[in-house]
Amino acid sequence: MTTTGSEQNKAPGSTGGQMGLNAHNNIRQPLWLLAELTYACPLQCPYCSNPMDFANIKSELTTEEWINVFKQARAMGATQLGLSGGEPLARPDIIELIQEARNLGFYTNLITSGVGLDASKAQAFKDAGLDHIQVSFQSSSEDLNNLIAGTDAFQHKIEMAKAVKAAGYPMVLCFVTHRQNIDQIDEILDLAISLDADYVELATTQYYGWAMHNRDQLLPMKEQLVRAEAIAHRYQEEQKGNMKIYYVVPDYYEERPKACMNGWGNVFLTVTPDGTALPCHAARELPGMELPNVRDLSIKEIWNDSNDFNRFRGYDWMPEPCRSCDEKEKDFGGCRCQAFMLTGDPAKTDPVCSKSPDHHLVLEAIERGREEAAKPAQEAKPLVFRNPKNSKEICGL
Amino acid sequence: MTERKFNADSTPVLALGYRFQWEPAQDCHVLLYPEGMVKLNGPAAEILKRISEKKQTVGELIAELKAAFNGADLDDDVYQFLEEAHDNDWIRAE
Ligand SMILES: C[S@@+](CC[C@H](N)C(=O)[O-])C[C@H]1O[C@@H](n2cnc3c(N)ncnc32)[C@H](O)[C@@H]1O
Ligand code: SF4
Ligand code: SF4
Repeated sequence: MTTTGSEQNKAPGSTGGQMGLNAHNNIRQPLWLLAELTYACPLQCPYCSNPMDFANIKSELTTEEWINVFKQARAMGATQLGLSGGEPLARPDIIELIQEARNLGFYTNLITSGVGLDASKAQAFKDAGLDHIQVSFQSSSEDLNNLIAGTDAFQHKIEMAKAVKAAGYPMVLCFVTHRQNIDQIDEILDLAISLDADYVELATTQYYGWAMHNRDQLLPMKEQLVRAEAIAHRYQEEQKGNMKIYYVVPDYYEERPKACMNGWGNVFLTVTPDGTALPCHAARELPGMELPNVRDLSIKEIWNDSNDFNRFRGYDWMPEPCRSCDEKEKDFGGCRCQAFMLTGDPAKTDPVCSKSPDHHLVLEAIERGREEAAKPAQEAKPLVFRNPKNSKEICGL
Repeated sequence: MTERKFNADSTPVLALGYRFQWEPAQDCHVLLYPEGMVKLNGPAAEILKRISEKKQTVGELIAELKAAFNGADLDDDVYQFLEEAHDNDWIRAE
């Protein structure tokens, strides 16, 4: 899922205020609600952005509690709802949740691995008013896909991508790219073409959760990226008017950080399976978070008044070099979670920025990835799969 | 602008996955699409509302708008908007 909002800058008949680009509105509204319905998941992707300790999160919100969250967020102006997880299809009440959300006026997006889907469900979701489905793939080849997914899902995913289209949706595929699959970018795009996909997102792995844990094995090398980018651009040209390809450049190789969440507490609200409200889906791991829960507080109280949501809002919290930087309204100083993971302090400038005094940490991470990549297979660190057993072991639960 | 996509006999329809609705929190009509929203001004909303409500040709659409707005001369504005909306992938011509 992209978090950059609209690609259109000025459209005819628009009043200029477009979602994701209204950082300068004084009234902040949670326009985007990401509902992580469950951390249950039949796959075990080592690049998963879910928190490492997901196995510890047990008491899931009930159907009524989710509907109550939807109502409150909608009343505050939310229009986009992402139904994600874990695997959202693992929730037995998924159709009811879709229906309620749609009746409330949400634009409903289902973000799924396709496992748990079948053709009749795709049609039932359509009937319930689901607006959009995105199916994620691990790679273009059965073997690598199944290896990365930690299960045998490839053929089923192919079938489900077709079923989504047959139910009247555009076919939207998401491939999370990293060192182990980025060299197959042409095969990935050929697969998408052969499936007659409408949109393909080549999403670079963001280093949160399990992906961070596996970073040395996932971080692509510069030459891989150069090649992948050239190929992606060639396909973009060739497929113009046919299939739209989004190619997201990994921020570790950039000079400026991403405008994470379009600013902290600005337009995004994540609610995790147990009702914790977060300004971004990775923020649970930051130190000093109070982790307000929708079971105890209204969304309004959480959004407007909680320490968590106010902590990095606006520009006052910023350290140098961001504080006096003329680009701060563009990138908001980057990602707080990345700042924490790399420097130990979430209030620092995102080290991806070349102006950050910590930028060398990113360069060192790239170097470590390169060293790992050069090792013979039997000496390389193994990929750690996202599953409850590993979660408990690693987090000492 | 490139070649024209609409004439009096073409039927504009919302692009797949686009939804038109009134947004109380924004106090305006909006177009919703995957991961985004465009707030619409009055004239754009009048046109898109009719497109989303029923299938009709541009000719019929213009006639309806004229009836609603005291016979105003709005043909050029409607065509211009349709072309631009098409360039933005909001609508298709059938
Ligand atoms: C966490 S998943 C949950 C939904 C579902 N299980 C799936 O994988 O599609 C949400 C989306 O984020 C993508 N994703 C997961 N981990 C990621 C990471 N580290 N960086 C970027 N995207 C990631 C997935 O491909 C999916 O499109
Ligand atoms: S990214 Fe993979 S492991 Fe994570 S929730 Fe999605 S399918 Fe499950
Ligand atoms: S110094 Fe801060 S505000 Fe300036 S470009 Fe870097 S991250 Fe952005």
